[in-house]
Amino acid sequence: MLKIKNLHASVEDKSILKGINLEIKPGEVHAIMGPNGSGKSTLASVIAGKEDYEVTDGEIFFEGEDINEMAAEERAHKGIFLSFQYPVEIPGVSVTNFMKTAINETRKAKGLEDMPAKDMLKLIREKAELLEIDRKFLSRSLNEGFSGGEKKRNEIFQMAMLEPKLAILDETDSGLDIDALRIVANGVNKLKSKDNAVLVITHYQRLLEYIVPDFVHVLYNGRIVKSGTKELAHELEEKGYDWIKEEVNA
Amino acid sequence: MNKYTEDDLREELKTKEYEYGFYTDIASDTFPNGLNEDIVRAISLKKEEPQWMTDWRLEAFKAWKEMVEPEWANVHYQKPDFQAISYYSAPNSKPKYNSLDEVDPELLATFAKLGISIDEQKKLSNVAMDVVVDSVSVATTFKKTLGEKGIIFMSISEAIREHPELVKKYIGTVVPQKDNFYAALNSAVFSDGSFCYIPKGVRCPMELSTYFRINQAGTGQFERTLVIADEGSYVSYLEGCTAPSRDENQLHAAVVELIALDNAEIKYSTVQNWYPGNAEGKGGVYNFVTKRGLCETNAKISWTQVETGSAVTWKYPSCILKGDNSIGEFYSIAVTNNYQQADTGTKMIHLGKNTKSTIISKGISAGKSQNSYRGLVKISPNADNARNFSQCDSLLMGNECGAHTFPYIEVKNKTARIEHEATTSKIGEDQIFYCNQRGINTEKAIALIVNGFSKDVLNKLPMEFAVEAQKLLEISLEGSVG
Repeated sequence: MLKIKNLHASVEDKSILKGINLEIKPGEVHAIMGPNGSGKSTLASVIAGKEDYEVTDGEIFFEGEDINEMAAEERAHKGIFLSFQYPVEIPGVSVTNFMKTAINETRKAKGLEDMPAKDMLKLIREKAELLEIDRKFLSRSLNEGFSGGEKKRNEIFQMAMLEPKLAILDETDSGLDIDALRIVANGVNKLKSKDNAVLVITHYQRLLEYIVPDFVHVLYNGRIVKSGTKELAHELEEKGYDWIKEEVNA
Repeated sequence: MNKYTEDDLREELKTKEYEYGFYTDIASDTFPNGLNEDIVRAISLKKEEPQWMTDWRLEAFKAWKEMVEPEWANVHYQKPDFQAISYYSAPNSKPKYNSLDEVDPELLATFAKLGISIDEQKKLSNVAMDVVVDSVSVATTFKKTLGEKGIIFMSISEAIREHPELVKKYIGTVVPQKDNFYAALNSAVFSDGSFCYIPKGVRCPMELSTYFRINQAGTGQFERTLVIADEGSYVSYLEGCTAPSRDENQLHAAVVELIALDNAEIKYSTVQNWYPGNAEGKGGVYNFVTKRGLCETNAKISWTQVETGSAVTWKYPSCILKGDNSIGEFYSIAVTNNYQQADTGTKMIHLGKNTKSTIISKGISAGKSQNSYRGLVKISPNADNARNFSQCDSLLMGNECGAHTFPYIEVKNKTARIEHEATTSKIGEDQIFYCNQRGINTEKAIALIVNGFSKDVLNKLPMEFAVEAQKLLEISLEGSVG
């Protein structure tokens, strides 16, 4: 599904990703862990197509197609979803209106008509229930005055609505209490299937108790320096990242 | 390759051409340039006005000659040469039509281009149209339905002939001839406009709508509108306009007077989309408008405006809250792009007891434009328990535009309660990327953000007008991507 080869990326001439190789197949859950400043969020942004990042070398293929030159919205249309670490506020635009626009723009890109209001309503109801979201919440302005937990739950609600092939969860656990974490993780698990994939980016092992990864990769200084199974996450939790740094620098 | 940065966006906003930039060639009956007493008399004669009206105009002209153009607004432009303007222009076909078939086909084509099919309007929407093209009404509909309720809705020229007692009683009572430079000019030379009277206790069953359109090179537009809501009546009035592209500046100095008698309510909504000039700031309409309403006891006047056009705008729809318990409201969206300049706001003059006013102003600036809010809240000594709430929000796009707020507050009564809130924000790249990531392209993202920002005001517009206003906001700010 996603194939990244020797990816180098920089922002404002500062090199951040220095040769990433990663392959994610349908049905898989991958986790990327690593200390602060290792390039985790940059990797998420580059896959999603953020303009500020310049790909200086390497390739990104999504379902066999080179997406490097594709605009962010085109990547979204193809089924790439990014759950933001810091979701932005859009005052005056309700969650419902935002989702309606996102879904219909995606349909338009595929040459489809707007989703009939009746179907839209049904979909919203169904997904709101899945994530235990109060209907009142949906008429509020997008992320405006939302608590940390509400913002993250809203991200996963959007993911549920858009049904992406690849969902990238960037530090989705940050700012969540244990109850919110469980709801968010349950939501992700319910949405998982053999046809889609999840890339979890996290600093801590906590979220991985709920969203269990098939593979864990450690990102350090712009490279994946170690890959393993979920056991690796436990090891990192116990020992911290210093031993990885030592191993790499040795 | 489709990388779209904020710089590209800014570039695109700059190169966006005026969507409705076309010109209809209708043979016109136009006066020679220049202004003097003879011209004023000639206008009055042409319109077959009674002597009192001619005298009223001449009085205004005398006052105007002694006045100077105001310079206090935060706008900079080359002052118009008032002797280089023609003060009368009318479509040279039959002045009145019994049916659409008689209307100049080219004119109908123009309406079609604007998306205003009179035919459709007649059939589908419950809207009566008094279409003003170059100062003279060419089509008036729904007159009969309105007539049954005793509602008078006609051009002001007709009203002067057919209802002189009403016009004479009210014209100039809210905006006197000598009120200001442009109001005086308008009083002397106004060519046409609309007149509306709602009798006592009548609720106008439909939105009354006027489309203005400037259509002759070098022709000033001096519209005069007079709306009178008699005791206990209600009317919602819509005013909307677009204009063809022009290289030279076109002066527009309209006057609108609203009178809401005891327990009456007037809603006055405007969508203004005159030619703003090109990307270099050349051309465009000068819009110097005096709009004011008078509220008697328990009366209410609401101004709602969406201003996207004109090179220079100078406009302050105001309310004089004369009667006790009267209410004034002002809801405004002003969009400026390229080199547009807008200095707009309102005046809420509290004279009566327990009077209330609300001001919500949303300014959106892009390109190299300057957008100013200027508002006065005045509480007079007798206005016990007066209340005002003002909110002025500015949204900036790019780094070359400006947003300014000039609130004036004069309080002479200790029981007054006044609140003022102001915010300034910028459309962030983060917001746009967030939308992009959800599959929404940049053009649509900006429309979404701008509409969200303007929601409080858009909600105040009548439904069919709100849709049009939303479309205008998108046209004014976006350009066609790809």
